[in-house]
Amino acid sequence: MTPTAPPRDAVEDTSPASAADTASAAALAAVRAADGPAVLPPARPARATALFVVLTLALVVLALVSAGLGQLSIPPDQVLGSVLHRIGLDLGPVPSHPNGDAALWTIRFPRVVMAMAVGAALATAGALMQGVFGNPLAEPGVVGVSSGAAVAACSTIVFGISFLGPWTIAVAAFVGGLVTTFLVYGLARSGGRTEVVTLVLTGVAVNAVCGAALALLTFLGDTQAREQIVFWQLGSLNGTRWPYVAVVAPLVLAGIAGAVLLARRLDLLSLGERAARHLGVDVERLRVVSIVVVALLTAAAVAFCGIIAFVGLVVPHLVRMAVGPGHRVLVPASALGGAVLLLAADLVARTAVPYADLPIGMLTALVGGPFFFWLIRRTRRSAGGWA
Amino acid sequence: MSAPVAAPSVTRTTVLTARDVGVVIDRATILGGVDLEVRTGEVLALVGPNGAGKSTLLGVLAGDRVPTSGSVEWQGEALAAVGVGELARRRGVLLQETHLSFPFRVVDVVRMGRTPWRGTERAAHDDERVAQALLAADVLDLATRRFPSLSGGEKARASFARVLAQEPVLLLLDEPTAALDIRHQEHVLAQARLRARAGDAVVVVLHDLSLAAAHADRVAVLDGGGLAAVGPPTQVLEPDLLSRVYRHPVDVIAHPVTGDLLVLPRRAAVHDTEPLR
Repeated sequence: MTPTAPPRDAVEDTSPASAADTASAAALAAVRAADGPAVLPPARPARATALFVVLTLALVVLALVSAGLGQLSIPPDQVLGSVLHRIGLDLGPVPSHPNGDAALWTIRFPRVVMAMAVGAALATAGALMQGVFGNPLAEPGVVGVSSGAAVAACSTIVFGISFLGPWTIAVAAFVGGLVTTFLVYGLARSGGRTEVVTLVLTGVAVNAVCGAALALLTFLGDTQAREQIVFWQLGSLNGTRWPYVAVVAPLVLAGIAGAVLLARRLDLLSLGERAARHLGVDVERLRVVSIVVVALLTAAAVAFCGIIAFVGLVVPHLVRMAVGPGHRVLVPASALGGAVLLLAADLVARTAVPYADLPIGMLTALVGGPFFFWLIRRTRRSAGGWA
Repeated sequence: MSAPVAAPSVTRTTVLTARDVGVVIDRATILGGVDLEVRTGEVLALVGPNGAGKSTLLGVLAGDRVPTSGSVEWQGEALAAVGVGELARRRGVLLQETHLSFPFRVVDVVRMGRTPWRGTERAAHDDERVAQALLAADVLDLATRRFPSLSGGEKARASFARVLAQEPVLLLLDEPTAALDIRHQEHVLAQARLRARAGDAVVVVLHDLSLAAAHADRVAVLDGGGLAAVGPPTQVLEPDLLSRVYRHPVDVIAHPVTGDLLVLPRRAAVHDTEPLR
């Protein structure tokens, strides 16, 4: 507090100058007497807690079921038993199939964990991006950040760059994602706002250029690199192993932690840049930090699993509909929701067609595309135009 | 009600001093040579025709815009040197329009006003202050409504509540009454006066000169980026000056019952109206 600030409680001590003043002072006193806080609705709705509980339960159940399903079927209780035995608890049945434990720990679990990590990363990146852009349609896939990260990552394959070992691809994806995010941000904003049309068209342009770059890389690469690039563009969790998870998971955790720390300031930013600054937000810094976190999360998602679009669009939107737009709930709930969604999508990708592993990016786009369209229509209506 | 006099108990200290402030944007001079003091305990109204530089001056006083020339000081300290967080504890700003990117509830928006006090002793009073602000801006009934679903006037009042909840020493209000009905115009400006009486400084941009006459302790008349006059309403709101500044004949008369100053444009019959020049 500044030393010059006058005492706050002087309100009632003033000489009444008009009826309005007296009435207001009396009304203020009434609220004080009635213990002000009692009349306020809670800052955090009870539904938020319910949502966290439901999502966490869904995640655990889905993880157990998903790990058990596949060519070698293992019941969920045996999956749980296997996990418990691994962490030193002698509880529950172990997988009855002789290869059960091996299948779980070398193939299924890395994939399940990767699905959760990537889903959480994409949904959090979406929520964060929408907050920074002040636009519910911003999403790494839609605006081209995922493609930018993919181009950089693919380059390392085609040109055989591997100076950082397994981290090379992730680092390249991060740099690509960072450059693209700043680019989109710079191109799509004007006058402190991002209009829907500008944002979507910028995404079209960026995706087109990145598509061209990927095409060039496909052309330049040898057969193996080509196959990998094509696979990448479709997005898949197939072939996930622990070393990949070891690269992705820390990045995702760091990104989510960063996003949670930014949440309160993102709330203020939704008042507009000027008003946010009036409330003490260093808008420039918030912007830069948020973009770095978005790039980090997108890179983590893209590095080994390719382009999986629309998760960052669908999940935060559903969370907002359930519990409102406050970022302190939205960000962690989106992370959880994204993990659930991608885990479910991967389960479908693995099991919908026997002996075939569908590209998960195809599935999310199939559902996400129409959702995106519906969202555009809705935004247009509520905004009274394409602004 | 005569022109308001501040309660005698309130001491007036100058919080902001603008000296020879000029703002040039794209070689156009928006403000020039403005000297102005903003004091606690009083309501200062900024009036003037469109494009006179009212909002720009408000932006300069808020620290949003660093003037091209001249200086703005908060009690001897350059305003630009005050950190963004510290500034938020000193001054609150109500902009003409609040666009919200996401559909927060009114109460959430007002709570945002408490953010500058996070981690300080004052945070203990957050709920109480938010409730008072909701009540003072007459938006308590709207507390759980989604902000985008409000009417223009309701949005303005909700935003005003946010500024009140912020508890700044200096309140900068840009046309707070533009979208409001008569009752709420009076109510909001009475609240602003109440803040001044409690020892805060209030700067308010107004178009309605009768409102300025009724609620301001001092009026600053801006014309073409410069100050045409500053002083108590009875001195400044003077027909010749206003007619010149607004380039339209203006009468200032005393209300037959209350004695308040009424500022009225003289209206020509429609067939006499000439195109604006």
